[in-house]
Amino acid sequence: MAEERRQKQCSVSLPTESMKAMAESVGVGQLQEESCVALSEEVSYRIKEIAQDALKFMHHGKRRKLTTSDIDNALKLKNVEPLYGFQAQEFIPFRFASGGGRELHFYEEKEVDLSDIINTPLPRVPLDVSLKAHWLSIEGVQPSIPENPPPASKEQQKAESTEPLKVVKPGQEEKGAIQGKGQNAPAPDNKGKEKGLIRLKPRSTHELSVEQQLYYKEITEACVGSCEAKRAEALQSIATDPGLYQMLPRFSTFISEGVRVNVVQNNLALLIYLMRMVKALMDNPTLYLEKYLHELIPAVVTCIVSKQLCLRPDVDNHWALRDFAARLMAQSCKTFSTTTNNIQSRITKTLTKSLLDDKTQWTTRYGSIAGLAELGADVIKTLILPRLTVEGARIKAVMDGPVVSNIDRIGAEHVQSLLLKHCASVIAKIRPQPDNVEQYRTDFGYLGPMLCSHVMKARTQAALQAQQVNRTTLTITQPRSTLSVSQSGLSGSGGPRTPSIIKVPSSLTLMSPRPGTPSQPSPPATKYIVMGTSAGAASTQQVITLSSSQSASPVTSTVPSATSTLQPLVKLEPGSGSGLTASRPMQKYIVVSLPSSASSLETKSSVLPSSISSTQVDGGIKLERSDSPAASTQSPH
Amino acid sequence: MAAVQGSIVDAKEEADIKSEPATDGFGNNHANEAGVLSASPGSSAAAGNNKPAAGAPEDQQTLLAVLQFLRKNKLSESAEILRREAGLPEEVLDPKGADSAGSGLGSGADIDGGDASALLSRVTVSAAGGAKAPTKAGEDQPDVNVVLSAYSQQGDPALYEVYYSGLKKFIESVLDCHRAELSQVFYPLFVHMYLELVYNNHEGEAKAFFEKFSGDQECYYEEDLRILSSLTKKEHMRGNETLLDFRTSKFVLRISRDSYQLLKRHLQERQNNQIWNIIQEHLYIDIFDGMPRSKSQIDAMSGSLAGEAKREANKAKVYYGLLKEPEIELPLDDEDEEAENEEGKPKKKKPKKDSTGSKSKKQDPNAPSQTRIPLPELKDSDKLDKIMYMKESTKRILVGADQLVAISFFFPSFSFFMSPLQGLTAVDVTDDSSLIAGGFADSTVRVWSVTPKKLRKVKTAADLNLIDKESDDVLERIMDDKTASESKCLYGHSGPVYGISFSPDRNYLLSCSEDATVRLWSLLTFTCLVGYKGHNYPVWDTQFSPYGYYFISGGHDRVARLWATDHHQPLRIFAGHLADVTCTRFHPNANYVATGSSDRTIRLWDVLTGNCVRIFTGHKGPIHALAFSPNGKFLASGATDGRVLLWDIGHGLMVGELKGHTECIYSLRFSRDGEILGSGSMDNTVRLWDAMKAFDDLETDDFTAATGHIHLQDNSQELLLGTYMTKSTPVVHLHFTRRNLLLAAGAYNP
Repeated sequence: MAEERRQKQCSVSLPTESMKAMAESVGVGQLQEESCVALSEEVSYRIKEIAQDALKFMHHGKRRKLTTSDIDNALKLKNVEPLYGFQAQEFIPFRFASGGGRELHFYEEKEVDLSDIINTPLPRVPLDVSLKAHWLSIEGVQPSIPENPPPASKEQQKAESTEPLKVVKPGQEEKGAIQGKGQNAPAPDNKGKEKGLIRLKPRSTHELSVEQQLYYKEITEACVGSCEAKRAEALQSIATDPGLYQMLPRFSTFISEGVRVNVVQNNLALLIYLMRMVKALMDNPTLYLEKYLHELIPAVVTCIVSKQLCLRPDVDNHWALRDFAARLMAQSCKTFSTTTNNIQSRITKTLTKSLLDDKTQWTTRYGSIAGLAELGADVIKTLILPRLTVEGARIKAVMDGPVVSNIDRIGAEHVQSLLLKHCASVIAKIRPQPDNVEQYRTDFGYLGPMLCSHVMKARTQAALQAQQVNRTTLTITQPRSTLSVSQSGLSGSGGPRTPSIIKVPSSLTLMSPRPGTPSQPSPPATKYIVMGTSAGAASTQQVITLSSSQSASPVTSTVPSATSTLQPLVKLEPGSGSGLTASRPMQKYIVVSLPSSASSLETKSSVLPSSISSTQVDGGIKLERSDSPAASTQSPH
Repeated sequence: MAAVQGSIVDAKEEADIKSEPATDGFGNNHANEAGVLSASPGSSAAAGNNKPAAGAPEDQQTLLAVLQFLRKNKLSESAEILRREAGLPEEVLDPKGADSAGSGLGSGADIDGGDASALLSRVTVSAAGGAKAPTKAGEDQPDVNVVLSAYSQQGDPALYEVYYSGLKKFIESVLDCHRAELSQVFYPLFVHMYLELVYNNHEGEAKAFFEKFSGDQECYYEEDLRILSSLTKKEHMRGNETLLDFRTSKFVLRISRDSYQLLKRHLQERQNNQIWNIIQEHLYIDIFDGMPRSKSQIDAMSGSLAGEAKREANKAKVYYGLLKEPEIELPLDDEDEEAENEEGKPKKKKPKKDSTGSKSKKQDPNAPSQTRIPLPELKDSDKLDKIMYMKESTKRILVGADQLVAISFFFPSFSFFMSPLQGLTAVDVTDDSSLIAGGFADSTVRVWSVTPKKLRKVKTAADLNLIDKESDDVLERIMDDKTASESKCLYGHSGPVYGISFSPDRNYLLSCSEDATVRLWSLLTFTCLVGYKGHNYPVWDTQFSPYGYYFISGGHDRVARLWATDHHQPLRIFAGHLADVTCTRFHPNANYVATGSSDRTIRLWDVLTGNCVRIFTGHKGPIHALAFSPNGKFLASGATDGRVLLWDIGHGLMVGELKGHTECIYSLRFSRDGEILGSGSMDNTVRLWDAMKAFDDLETDDFTAATGHIHLQDNSQELLLGTYMTKSTPVVHLHFTRRNLLLAAGAYNP
């Protein structure tokens, strides 16, 4: 340890090259090596001195982060003119460049087109300081309100479920206040202390207080009720409230029972609501869901592959529900799959089995494919691509053969477009360039030609996007999550005119994606380009709060992945029985999110006018033709 | 603010600005030092003989420097007078005699006279090593700095490592009981040897020396070591504050006689004058008789920039008792002549009674006399407030050791959330919890009303003329309803506001800022009334006296200043800290002021005399929170090291250590009856501690106040009553309402 410390305390000084570079920058050409050494030592010492003083200001400012203003104040102490113009709330990363044998670190300063800033609609004025009082603790018990930290942290919930023999009852351990809430994880010595005692599995403490019962009732009623506004609120509450873990078993049972009953009754709307509850639960960062997966996953899988989900399969858009549930499934696989529970492989197995079965109905087939496709490009490559020929033949049989039933036909169409949608992007990646229709036909059979055109479109789309990126003047380095046009309030740190260069069509609400990993010190600045092409009449703002309430959810964006980063959107088609739909003109938004390296490029489009999904995809090119989902939603007519 | 009877300012014109010398009480220690000197080996003893009667060498050096300064400025008369006063021989002023006089001073201290005429430049006397390096010539230091340049060429730089490791080997080989005590020597020795090397331009050796031995030092010195490590050149030494502290003040060690003898014998045997000289010059060894202390005892007390406090420093009598509360009858006709002891210390455990309750005529023997510090007279409104206070007190939730379990259930607490990005830097709540104020990094001060009563300004002068001054509700009529709002913003500072304090009568607000000013704001007009300028550097903290009128401020300039609101200049300057004064608190009886500092010590100052009456060492980081217990007997302090230490003011002893926080503690507060101590920290928690038990344990403990050696048992866990996590909100301020509801405040940092 002493070794380490000594290491740390070794006096470090700036390299002499820096001195030379600085000297050159002020016009001193030939600086002798000795002067460089002397200078660098002196400068290093002064810098350290200033840093030490700046620390004082940080401490008195009651912060953990040293800011530029601390440095300014420290300079003032030394009677040195502070450096003006370096105010930044965020970390300013150095960029590195080398060439000609010299290495340089510099700030990247973008040229900003003033006209763009001027033409940008003003962001909201940041809120003034406000004072909010709340109870931190009442008679020694901390009420579970959003202002307080979650009463039982995830680790605690996990410990409770994985080590059930240990007597830790969250919510009641305040009596032994000494081992209080401070330790997030239950102290390891607890185990030792209780070794001698007879261990009994504690009776499950699932009694809810009156308030909690009321809350539960309100929430569940709102979630499946008819008022969409209320539902949005309830889902928001489920997704954010920290004190829900005691109600979690009830929610879980509610959902699984609800799905069971409503699948039998073919109540599509209710199934959608229940899936949205699952989504909200998964979005809540304070819940330890692992314990209830045995109830939730069957419910979700049911919604993916059930033979019939609605009363009129020919008209209702149960496909959207399947898509949504498939995404949920993929998300939970990603989050919860471990080597012990093997969720992903079990799910894959189940889905593949029904896919391979010849007798499987089109609906189930669609669900299995959707479920598999959401699991990622690798799954598509290994499990779906080899099946393309077979599926193609099957689709051909329905399409070209004698008219069996309208339902089958619709089902086949959907499967076809689904396959095209998912496979095209994968093939575009793995297949070398010249896209030969004949080649495709031999490789993929019936679907070959269509696939070929899709792949080609995908490629051109990619090229087009790349061009647009090069052309556009709209590139602005947005540090972290300032991509906020309408954000709930705490934004605007950098003064009222945070330059968020986003062209926003009139009815668009853009929820900013939370930063991927907030603790990360300096994520590479991401460029966002938002383009909107609006067609036809302005859309009447319909009750599709669904996606807008969800797109702000943290989980989807904190799980960066190559496939399922798109916000799950339920697309409801006109004519379905749920009464929630409306026909609306097409409007396309493309959100391009590209890491600053500009090496990869993603596009993702969604076709809901009232919402836009910001994708955040790490690495790899995922490209989608913007009209293909549109086609898929249009086709049932 | 009310006029003060027999204003302190006039009375103390002479004693004004009585500052303790920065080199902390040399005079106190002459006797002791002389003892050390006479026992010193080698030629140091000879040096001692040579010495004129004036006293310790440092004093002489100081005098000589002053004399030189006077002469240089052609103030020969003053110089002559001073010389005679100090009893220095004539030849001191005589260039020729300088040599002989100088040779007697400070074992070979090499002091640069600066100019070639070298009034005071001395030939460096070889101490014992025999071989003497020549005087450094032409070193352009300001004359007064002569005092500071105490490092001289003392021998072969290559031998430093040998010396140090020799001593290390010796100390490692001594008996266990002495080892801990003698190990204290390592750190100051290391620092001074390193500085000597640097001072004498042995850069390489210095670096090697540092790298070799810095890892051995106690971890709580790490911060200083870091500063030290950056210091590699002689030029750096000038202007480095930390360094100045090392050189101007002696590092105080407390060592038992046995251990000291052991060390001395060893050094004598080895003829290790190098180390011996450093010990003599830069260390103050406080020798006591009795058992050597254990490692844990030493660790508890050490950690400060300049070692432990000398025992003498904490011997002064402190009147820690409370002042008598003026008796207030509900009909307000009676004047407060027949003041009764309402809050007498012995009564503290009794529940508060209303004003007609039992009275003890006895004056608290530990209380200062009522008029020791002139205090402002009570106004009618103050009396009304007192009555309110007493009424509320009766409703206070009583807590005590017997209700220990119930405490955490009886203490609801709630916290204020600010959602700003400006950065909240200071918070204060009025005593009656009706207003809360925040200081922000954007230089603003904001005041909120917590009650439904909104904040209103006084009407303009023109409007005031119109109102009926005879009416009963004139106080209500002067307020302008149009200005009513829940919060007001006060603009005036030009830097982050680091400290804020309400006056007890809620009419004024103090704020101090990076811009080096303290500002007084009126809460009637919501304007700035005065800007007190005196500190030249950022002011870190300020607080009103519990009786109003006076206030204290402390800042980066290492002094705390006592002000009265109606004087633009400070009444007292409390100097003595070796680094920034980071927090300041008034004693409940307003006769004392406690200051915490970055030098990791706490000092208690007498407001009347301006003397430092207590020095508490033991913290391992800058102190950021202080709190007096309501009975005035105890002090709690919190620092960046995450520990809360409890101090007995009367005995000048550490009496408890509360461990639990993981980050800097920014606020401490005792409950109204002193039973509970709340601490708020950067680690987003509020913790409650059983203060009563902590102090009770101590009183049953039979500690010897004489030696000041404390055995701290590690009972933090038993004393911890509860930990309350906030949601990413560092707790900046704590406040117990009159009914013992705990309020916590902090800025929410999502």
